[in-house]
Amino acid sequence: MKLFSELISTIEITNKTNAKIDALVQYFKTAPDKDKLWLIALFTGKRPSRPVKTTLMKEWCMELTQLPEWLFLESYSTVGDLGETLALLLPEPTHQLDLSLNEWMTELKALKPKSDEDKKAFVLEAWTGLDQQERLIFNKLIGGSFRIGVSKKTLVNALAKLTNIDANQLMHSIIGNWDINSISFEELIHGKHINYDNSKPYPFCLAYALEKKLTELGETNDWIVEQKWDGIRGQIVKRNNEIYIWSRGEELVTKQFPELVEAFSNFKDDFVIDGEILAMKNNDVLLFNDLQKRLNRKNVTKKLLEEVPVGFKAYDILEFNGDDIREQPFENRRKRLETLFNSVALPEHVKLSFIVDFKRWEDLHDIRNNSRAINSEGLMLKQKKSPYHTGRKKGDWWKWKVDPLTIDAVMIYAQKGSGRRSSKYTDYTFAVKKDDALVTVAKAYSGLTDKEITEISQWVNKNAIERFGPVRTVKPELVFEIAFEGIALSNRHKSGVALRFPRIARWRRDKPASEIDTIETVKQLITAP
Amino acid sequence: MSKENQLIKFTKKGIYCPQGKFYLDPWFPVEYAIISHGHADHARWGMKRYLCTDDSKAILQHRLGTDINIKSISYNNSKTINGVKVSFHPAGHVIGSAQIRLEYKGYVVVFSGDYKTQPDFITQPFEPVKCHTFITESTFGLPIYKWKSEKALQDELQSWVKTNQENNRTSVFFGYSLGKAQRLMSLLDGCDDIYVHRAIHNLNNTISGSGIQLPETKLWSADLDKKTIQNKIIIAPPALLGSRMLKRVPNVATAVCSGWMQIRGNRRWQSVDAGFVVSDHADWDGLISAVKATGAEQVYVTHGSQAVFSKYLNEIGIKADELVTEYGDEALAKAEKETENIVTE
Ligand SMILES: [Zn+2]
Ligand SMILES: [Zn+2]
Repeated sequence: MKLFSELISTIEITNKTNAKIDALVQYFKTAPDKDKLWLIALFTGKRPSRPVKTTLMKEWCMELTQLPEWLFLESYSTVGDLGETLALLLPEPTHQLDLSLNEWMTELKALKPKSDEDKKAFVLEAWTGLDQQERLIFNKLIGGSFRIGVSKKTLVNALAKLTNIDANQLMHSIIGNWDINSISFEELIHGKHINYDNSKPYPFCLAYALEKKLTELGETNDWIVEQKWDGIRGQIVKRNNEIYIWSRGEELVTKQFPELVEAFSNFKDDFVIDGEILAMKNNDVLLFNDLQKRLNRKNVTKKLLEEVPVGFKAYDILEFNGDDIREQPFENRRKRLETLFNSVALPEHVKLSFIVDFKRWEDLHDIRNNSRAINSEGLMLKQKKSPYHTGRKKGDWWKWKVDPLTIDAVMIYAQKGSGRRSSKYTDYTFAVKKDDALVTVAKAYSGLTDKEITEISQWVNKNAIERFGPVRTVKPELVFEIAFEGIALSNRHKSGVALRFPRIARWRRDKPASEIDTIETVKQLITAP
Repeated sequence: MSKENQLIKFTKKGIYCPQGKFYLDPWFPVEYAIISHGHADHARWGMKRYLCTDDSKAILQHRLGTDINIKSISYNNSKTINGVKVSFHPAGHVIGSAQIRLEYKGYVVVFSGDYKTQPDFITQPFEPVKCHTFITESTFGLPIYKWKSEKALQDELQSWVKTNQENNRTSVFFGYSLGKAQRLMSLLDGCDDIYVHRAIHNLNNTISGSGIQLPETKLWSADLDKKTIQNKIIIAPPALLGSRMLKRVPNVATAVCSGWMQIRGNRRWQSVDAGFVVSDHADWDGLISAVKATGAEQVYVTHGSQAVFSKYLNEIGIKADELVTEYGDEALAKAEKETENIVTE
């Protein structure tokens, strides 16, 4: 496991994607075949199920180290990661085990059905035979998530650099159905098990934020305006009776959205369609927060499908029955898309993105401002004659987002971050005034600079009035401007409101806590839909 | 009133000895301050009189001004102040660092200052001192903190430098000017030419001037030719992280050296190429063995993990209480930068 352990160390320390890619390429050049396959499996979530429960591992560690539970938990809250906490607390190794990644994974797979005693014997033998870093990896292999800053895309880019094979094809290959015991590394990356001709996507056409006056865009007649939706941009590829869904992150997400696959199999024609994957219920678009519940799931359960149904709004068509039509003007492609959508009966969650009806540029201001009521992010302006560009191109497509809403709130709780930021207080809870008391309105963990976070962490250390596990209750003194995309009444929240995408706009060092907003003023921001 | 209460009192200005009429590492200006070591959170400006170890004297003068009223004594020698016998004992933390022992009518209090129980190649090693009351630091007071041996650390750092050289990269280590810098010099000595930032260079000159031998180093200045420092070793204060001066180093590989690097999250937080666990404080086992070796009947815990460490001591049968002070890593980081007047351009 030495090679793998070194790879993880290198990947972890660097925040440069290129350095990560180089380390991966180096690993792929030197590691044994089966280890390479395991690496791909582990980094793409094809992990075997956990053979040992975390509670048992914690128990065995406390037994070995003779530490009281509170001290174990205190350590855990400082480290922020269980596998790492165990690795740090365990005593020095007494012997040296040198197994390959494949050998460890094979052993772990075989461990699953065994008794707790057998499991304990195995885990203790491993713990006492591995150094700190290898032990950490061993604990992660058992089942903790392998979140170390390598996305599928980074992995694919490394493989592409190594082999010169097209990145999208590699993405399809590693995500496709394959079994570690019946494929070689060469076969896997050359896509022996897939048919890439059927799944191949196009690069997405992206828009810039509007940077001029509407009137400078020329005639309103030359433009088509749509609502901008905030879900996941996706391409539906249907060829030879197979359907693939690609996300803008160039990941193949077909399996995550079975209801879309089902809906698109209604079509007779082949096509590639660009659009937005959204959480939708009864025709209404839900929040991105809802959609998030559906993302990166190993299994999409029936319950989840009912709780958060997913829909699609089609923007554009790039290929029709085998013909690449990206060079045709947008207005023609749109007509093609409309004809296609009228050719079959579709379930109500799959529809065309509707076109905004307007006469004069100034009409758009109101429409944009009302976007929030339908959970839209604003407007998209597309030049009628525009081709479907490759990537970001200025001039033909513009996005015109609504301004965020803001309130001033005071910090009342702080919690340490996990992973990269585990030593700093990075997650905060904010409150506004309600009569004489404070009421929680939002949690936010982004929007500050590293320097500000360091300063706030020091302040939290000095001003914590209560500790509860990793959470510190702090004196309500620091005031922040919180920006958010939307606000709705909610009976699940104590404050009675739910903010959408709250984030820290800035630290209001100039404002005392006595000047924060009240819950009444916050509620006034709600516009009835 | 217990004997200990006659000897030490915890006040707003710091730890006070009413009988001796002096303070230990006070954080506000007082008449008479006894200083454990030269770090900026312990040795502060504005005291009318200072007393420290012989090895710390020049350091304090360098940092606080040559015009300060300062006297010193050597390790293990004593001086009686208003009837209180005061002596310094090696703390193994940084050059000149000491535990301060107070004795009055047979009652002994030891203030640890900052300490490290594991020996290194450059600092006078820690010596346990028997006492009734022990005031201990607890910077790394959690069982997740365990340090490697000095030899293992040396191998780790030197092999990193070698790998960098094979890849044509210049190795830059970050550590405080006082303590970490000299420790790194001793760990990297003989590896290749070592260049140090001006703040470290000046401090080194002060230390050598008081008769302590240091490994050989050269001054790293902005006008040095890139070719000269290519593939060499540079040691700089943490304030230089991300500075313009650093950008002038050809093909740089950066490493932060600190006990906090024990946790992965902290290593990644720093945006550097490597994080080495090099601490000048005691690890968990070191803290416990030090406390036990004093045989103290009462322990006070300062610095960082006081809540956890004092709770644990009480559980293993050692009476301990938390003590809130103005010492610690964050105060140090801030104060060091001001003391050194470091220019990062
Ligand atoms: Zn110190
Ligand atoms: Zn200190």
